[in-house]
Amino acid sequence: MLTDITLGQYFPGNSPIHNMDARVKIVLLFIYIVAVFLFDNHINYGIMTAGAIGVVLLSGLPLGMILKSIKPLWWIILFSFGIHLFSTPGEPIFKLWNFVMTKEGIIQGFIISLRLVLMIAISSLLMFTTSPLKLTDALESLMSPLKKIGFPAHELAMMMTIAMRFIPTLLEETDKIIKAQQSRGSDIGDGNFFQRAKGMIPVLVPLFISAFRRADELAIAMEARCYQGGVDRTRMKQQRLHNVDFWAGGIFGVFLISLILVQFTL
Amino acid sequence: MSIELKNISYTYMPKTPFEHLALDDISITVPEGKITAIAGHTGSGKSTLIQHFNGLLKPSKGTILVDGVDIGKKNTEAKAARRKVGIVFQYPEYQLFEETISKDISFGPMNIGCSEAETLERVKQAMAFVNLDYDKYAHRSPFQLSGGQKRRAAIAGILALQPKYLVLDEPTAGLDPKGREALMEKFRRLHRERGTTIVLISHNMDNIASYADNVIILNKGKVTMEAPPEEVFSQKELISQAGLELPEVKTIMNELAQNGLEIQNNAYTMDKAVEEIIEALRRKGKC
Repeated sequence: MLTDITLGQYFPGNSPIHNMDARVKIVLLFIYIVAVFLFDNHINYGIMTAGAIGVVLLSGLPLGMILKSIKPLWWIILFSFGIHLFSTPGEPIFKLWNFVMTKEGIIQGFIISLRLVLMIAISSLLMFTTSPLKLTDALESLMSPLKKIGFPAHELAMMMTIAMRFIPTLLEETDKIIKAQQSRGSDIGDGNFFQRAKGMIPVLVPLFISAFRRADELAIAMEARCYQGGVDRTRMKQQRLHNVDFWAGGIFGVFLISLILVQFTL
Repeated sequence: MSIELKNISYTYMPKTPFEHLALDDISITVPEGKITAIAGHTGSGKSTLIQHFNGLLKPSKGTILVDGVDIGKKNTEAKAARRKVGIVFQYPEYQLFEETISKDISFGPMNIGCSEAETLERVKQAMAFVNLDYDKYAHRSPFQLSGGQKRRAAIAGILALQPKYLVLDEPTAGLDPKGREALMEKFRRLHRERGTTIVLISHNMDNIASYADNVIILNKGKVTMEAPPEEVFSQKELISQAGLELPEVKTIMNELAQNGLEIQNNAYTMDKAVEEIIEALRRKGKC
């Protein structure tokens, strides 16, 4: 049921993508997303889609997993496709009352959808191939220059680690509570909006109570181990760049240059 | 009549790298009017199994019959059959949510459409049953209670549904020995007075030895034994394979037999063991 949710869940593996340093992955992902929204040449869309598919294949994850991660955002994609379909001026194909569907609209809608799909697919690939711990370590390391201006990078990373650590726990807890209340004859998820909202109370109250209890216990446990955030903490796992990261950087560089060349020469 | 499971299999997260076969072709019967114990090591599939009893989980394969009705169907008959089974989950106190104890216990009866008068009657009965004084506790918040009292209040919430089959998942986990005994005695009374069929999930073999009429041993999602306790406890090998231990009494009796005391060695509860030992000694002429 609820525990079947896969969004943002790490799939262990041993592919080059899995073995890359998380910092490198985040930086490359960021540049890729910027590229997806910057370059608007049709050949470039082809190259970027091919690149995305190549990386997914390289990661060894089932393609179905990636498609599943797009599913929750399906409606947003459809909505933006619809908007572009009717709001782009150009050669009309079809007219419905005041709305005009244009050929340019179809193309524009398709492009926007493709951009969204690529962005989501590649971001979820990052989540699928990087353990949450590595991810937050990487974020902390990337944000650490900001410490100089008083930005609490370590604390923020710690908070994120804890939050992510408790997502599966709380999902499991929610699942248990839902089942316990269903066993008491409650029909969660039935009826109209108000009935459903009211049906959530027997789930949310115990869930909040247990979340606070867990937070309290965790705080005590951390305190008991003399946790102090921030300065001078060393790491058990140092983050180091390996060959695979340089290869990835090199290949991505070639990819980026070819995009720029296509954009400005064709 | 009984709860009958026919060739039940259940897979968690099918078609992902986390795919896991939790139950593998399980066929068991929970006979009416008896106390059936389901024992197994952590991860043997006990908790997954009981969630099938009232349709919380739908089996990947197989059918479940409650009093002869297939509960997998979508008609009112199946719904009524599902409601015959009440499940008390592990740490049931985590399901409390209402402002007052009486409101919380009413949640179940109100959901299944009892009238207010009927509900009140059931709440009073259930509270009396778990030794929570109605006048004293009914209008208090459940969150002000002690751990043991919370547990009892939560159990009352299930009892108020008056299930014909009561499934208890480690009901005494986290209680002190005295509270454990008292709670188990209450379930025994419920079984004796109302004829409620009880399914007890536990890995505490001493508990099982003193209460169960019938024992089912689960190991890695498979049923390895389904028999009366004396038969189960005579199969030392199978028990330890399942990651379980014999009841303490049985272990002592085995030691005695090994060291040459001629006992029948059928006993697994304290009282019977005492009888057997006295008898053996008498035969030896020492007593």
